[in-house]
Amino acid sequence: MTATVTAPPAMNGIRPADSDHLAALESEAVHIIREVVAEFDRPVLLFSGGKDSAVLLHLALRAFHPGPLPFGLLHVDTGHNFPEVIEFRDRMVTDLGLRLHVAEVQHWIDDGRLTERPDGTRNPLQTVPLLDSIAEHRFDAVFGGARRDEDRARAKERIVSLRDAFGGWDPRRQRPELWSLYNGRHTAGEHARVFPLSNWTELDVWNYIARRNVAVPAIYYAHEREVFQRDGMWLTAGDWGGPRRGEEIVRRTVRYRTVGDASCTGAVESTAATIEEVLAEVTASRITERGATRADDRLSEAAMEDRKREGYF
Amino acid sequence: MGRPDGASTVTDAPVSLLRLTTAGSVDDGKSTLVGRLLRDTQSILTDQLDAVSRATVARGGGIDDEPDLALLTDGLRAEREQGITIDVAYRYFATPTRKFVLADCPGHVQYTRNTVTGASTAELAVVLVDARNGVVEQTRRHLAVAAFLRVPHLVLAVNKMDLVGFDETTFRRIEAEFTTAATSLGVPDVVSVPVSALHGDNVAARSAATPWYGGPTLLEHLEAVPIGREAVEEPMRFPVQVVIRPRTAEHPDYRGLAGRLASGVLSVGDQVVTLPSGGRSTVAGIDTPDGPVPQAAAGESVTVLLADDLDVGRGDMLARPEQAPRVVSELEADLCWLADRPLRPGARVLVKHGTRTVRAIVTELTGRLDLHTLTHVGAPEALELNEIGGARLRLAEPLAVDDYATDRHTGGFLVIDAADGNTLAAGLVAKGP
Repeated sequence: MTATVTAPPAMNGIRPADSDHLAALESEAVHIIREVVAEFDRPVLLFSGGKDSAVLLHLALRAFHPGPLPFGLLHVDTGHNFPEVIEFRDRMVTDLGLRLHVAEVQHWIDDGRLTERPDGTRNPLQTVPLLDSIAEHRFDAVFGGARRDEDRARAKERIVSLRDAFGGWDPRRQRPELWSLYNGRHTAGEHARVFPLSNWTELDVWNYIARRNVAVPAIYYAHEREVFQRDGMWLTAGDWGGPRRGEEIVRRTVRYRTVGDASCTGAVESTAATIEEVLAEVTASRITERGATRADDRLSEAAMEDRKREGYF
Repeated sequence: MGRPDGASTVTDAPVSLLRLTTAGSVDDGKSTLVGRLLRDTQSILTDQLDAVSRATVARGGGIDDEPDLALLTDGLRAEREQGITIDVAYRYFATPTRKFVLADCPGHVQYTRNTVTGASTAELAVVLVDARNGVVEQTRRHLAVAAFLRVPHLVLAVNKMDLVGFDETTFRRIEAEFTTAATSLGVPDVVSVPVSALHGDNVAARSAATPWYGGPTLLEHLEAVPIGREAVEEPMRFPVQVVIRPRTAEHPDYRGLAGRLASGVLSVGDQVVTLPSGGRSTVAGIDTPDGPVPQAAAGESVTVLLADDLDVGRGDMLARPEQAPRVVSELEADLCWLADRPLRPGARVLVKHGTRTVRAIVTELTGRLDLHTLTHVGAPEALELNEIGGARLRLAEPLAVDDYATDRHTGGFLVIDAADGNTLAAGLVAKGP
């Protein structure tokens, strides 16, 4: 069992980049990030502390090495995040000397711009603080770690994807994306969402974390935790409102495949405590990470498309 | 069973990357074929398949029916409701030796712009034909687009073989007609496979119903096609994306040219010319975050250090002096027009080529491309949506270009609307003087 894929043998002394898929994906992402920094005035990188945004940040740092990161980070914090993830986020920012803007959903609820949902989940509430922050800071390019393999609507998204002045996505009016020429031209008020990990799968992300030793929050690895069961998922008790009456708290050895709002992100029972064990587990898994752990995506066949049209990540 | 592209296997076999595209006419079963490829490579997981089964039933299918694999790939609400594919969707599947990035393109005539998009990055195109209908007008159009965009490898998948009783004569007739058309358009490599996407014959598994067929299954062929060689063998082209100048105590004088090699191989010690400015220097180093490397190949993102302090920045291209691209301020090109508003001579546009964007005027339309022969006919008054035609452009500043026919990576450009920023056309640099 090996954690990394070794470089393929040379072909006539020279290897085309595509002979090693992780190297090819890395070069593609770095190219995209550099293009956007060159052509936009105020980029920002969405950083939740999750594994995809950790990989995205790692790639962005590589793109400008040995120079500093030429843009800051933005996190829309639902207030229901796992403390371990917030701690990881802040440690990365401090250690790397980065700028971080945090948009706290709680502030929007406090001043009446948003209303808490009856079911208590705050994932759909992130859209307004995100759009408000983009407008306030006049960000014109917003890097996100979304991947096309995550969802059918995401599979149709461009790498550089234009948003109108309302942050909306119109899937029928997308610009054709030809060769590796990205057209980021936009008018005042419009911005682009940029997805350098578009062509990555969950397995690519984990293989890359192993190859490049990318740091991720500890809750991605197996640990003991007090959890309770709801809708077939193991949820963590917390300020967000769980458990309800009748939901019993038990100790289980679990890990998270995704980290998001604690009210709708479930853990999976697992003993995978190292990157090698996580890779083996993800490789053998027959359920997608979102199917296993995200209640919000089970809402309807077009849940993601609807949220994206409104300006969601 | 595990997913095939994991590193949990004991061997350290390399996993390569193939970008491919699919094209077919309406109802050729393209979405079903893509669904079949995903399913038979274990790239569809249980919850996704469950969702498709539920949706199949919700659309009036029986509980015991095969899941409608087309529902896997049609990602937008409107697509599922209308039962058609509107936009390019990207799909991922893998075998133990290769990862595939598939641009799944709709077949309708009005969506040719999507076919062009998918073909622009593909190293292989799968063209689907319904065995009952044979080669039709749409097939010729898809073939022509693949030939026009110089997709290096072409596969003809003759689908729905089950509906013609797996008849060899039918297959051979379609194969011959398609191959003749492909050869006349200059496509170098065509492989034909008889398949039934619905039942999986010759997709991932060899079919017992086609004992007369000795070729590879579709998946075997996708795994065997050589990748990336042509890009490496072309002359070296390095478009500069950004200049990295940390100006820190640790790196006070670092000045690195960051970019991704478009084609060829770059080595430390190479003599280079910077274009269009024409400065000359030597490659003093090739830098990566993991340390310096002696050499970089097409597709790799690196940072180049030059021996001399030249005025080089974004928009410049490095090449070897003896293999330099031509620097032009007039461009002859084929344009695939992607906008609703027709193109007329006199239009003022932007041309984005490599990392350089320049203003341009379309001075003349020289002919419309006949997709049957890939030759130009007449001089049209305008170029309409989805039409391809020859044009002459005058550039406000010079560009260093190659013929698209010799280098896909530096012969392609975008035509952009200067007012609203929309992409108007895919441009292919025509043969130089």
